Parts: sequence; C-alpha cells; structure tokens
Amino acid sequence: MATVIIPTPLRKFVNNSARIDVTAFSISDIVNQLAVSYPELKKHLVDTSGRIAPFINIFVDNQDIRNLNCEQTEVLEDAVVCIIPAIAGGSKR
Amino acid sequence: MLLIELPVANKMIEDVISNDQECCGFFFGYENAISRTITHAMVVDNSSSRDKKTYFEISIEDYMNAERFAEAEDLRLLGVYHSHPNHPAIPSECDLEMALPGFSYIIISVIDRKYTKIKSWQLNQHLQFEEEEIEFKDEIEFILPSLN
Repeated sequence: MATVIIPTPLRKFVNNSARIDVTAFSISDIVNQLAVSYPELKKHLVDTSGRIAPFINIFVDNQDIRNLNCEQTEVLEDAVVCIIPAIAGGSKR
Repeated sequence: MLLIELPVANKMIEDVISNDQECCGFFFGYENAISRTITHAMVVDNSSSRDKKTYFEISIEDYMNAERFAEAEDLRLLGVYHSHPNHPAIPSECDLEMALPGFSYIIISVIDRKYTKIKSWQLNQHLQFEEEEIEFKDEIEFILPSLN
C-alpha cells in the first residue's frame, strides 16, 4: 500500500489522520479514492473540473508530480505521497 | 481565541520589522475546543518571485520542515504569520484566495518598519475570513520592539 501524508490544515477532513494507506496505481487513483472517502477534503483537493487544485502540490517519493507524469504518475506499492498546500498571500489585493 | 506566549509574539514582531518586505513564518502549539496556544514560531524566507514588498510565498521545503518540526516536537502546526508593510492587518483578496481551513492566519501591520497591529484570522464554514481574538499569555508588560 502507498502512504499518503495529509497536511495539518486538511486533517480535520480525514478524521484527523496524518497518514492514510491506499491501494492505488496512480496519483489520479489516489485523488479519486480520497475524494470519494472524504467528500469535505475533495473541495480543497480538486477544482470544479475534478483536476488537482492549482494550490495543491503532490510529491511522490520526494518528486513533484509536475516533473513526472502529473496526475497519471505511477505510484508504487511502498510509495510515500505527500500533499503539500501552497502557502502564499500578500497585501496588494 | 488565540493565546500567544509573549516571547513568541516578540519573535514574530522582530522578524516583520527587520526589513521592508513581507516577512513570514509558521507558528506551533496546542489547541482545545475553545482556544489555541502558540508556543513556538519559525521564521522562514519569503520565496515569492513577485514584489516581496506586497507578496509572500513559502517554499515547499520550508512547509515540509514545519510539518516535520511539529511532528518531532509533538506540537500542532497552527498557522502562518505574515506582515503587511504599510498596509493594515486585514487580509487581502490574495490572502483569502490562498487560505486553508483549519489554519490561523496572523497578519502584522508594519508602518515605516514600526509595529502597529497584530490580528489573526480564520476561515469560517463559508470560506470567508473571521477575526480571532488574540490574548498574550504572560502577565508581564508587552514590550514592543522598535528600531532606533
């Protein structure tokens, strides 16, 4: 099983779990499984078209999926998948 | 309610008056049903590629370090602080766009590199910011740092 590490601010949507084990073959599988199991998490994980939200980064074994095969990135059985929110802001707008 | 230990408040304020750019960092502590207590702060670099006087961004590496620190110290990562140089301590549209539920967002207003106001904000169930009451945990006088 792959292990998904949930960032602190989103843990309240997954019963306060820091880690969730999933059986999946791709990032897309993982996102879909999480979205089905935790509907409140889905709102913060994917956009209205169902794609990974732009402010969410996903790393597989320390590699950004944007540098791999994006949502189709393969996930091995013992992979560690980190969900990392973008942290930014500013006073301008 | 947000309870901030005095040395931690001073650490954040010393950081944000240190230069003219937006400064930022994380804070940690513990929480119960009615309050959050901040016991630690972590200063990080503003890694924004935009104008750092009006924007901030925290790198993925710094975010991961903050999560690791919380886990190692058995603390909770409670939120993010950043400064608004020459702007009020009120979240901008940009702050709202990037905010996450569950985090507290401390904004410190700095006018001409002098501390003026600290406020904290949290998203409500409608994903709009609501101000959180702040109290400083120590009884001793809150001495604001200033640049002379």
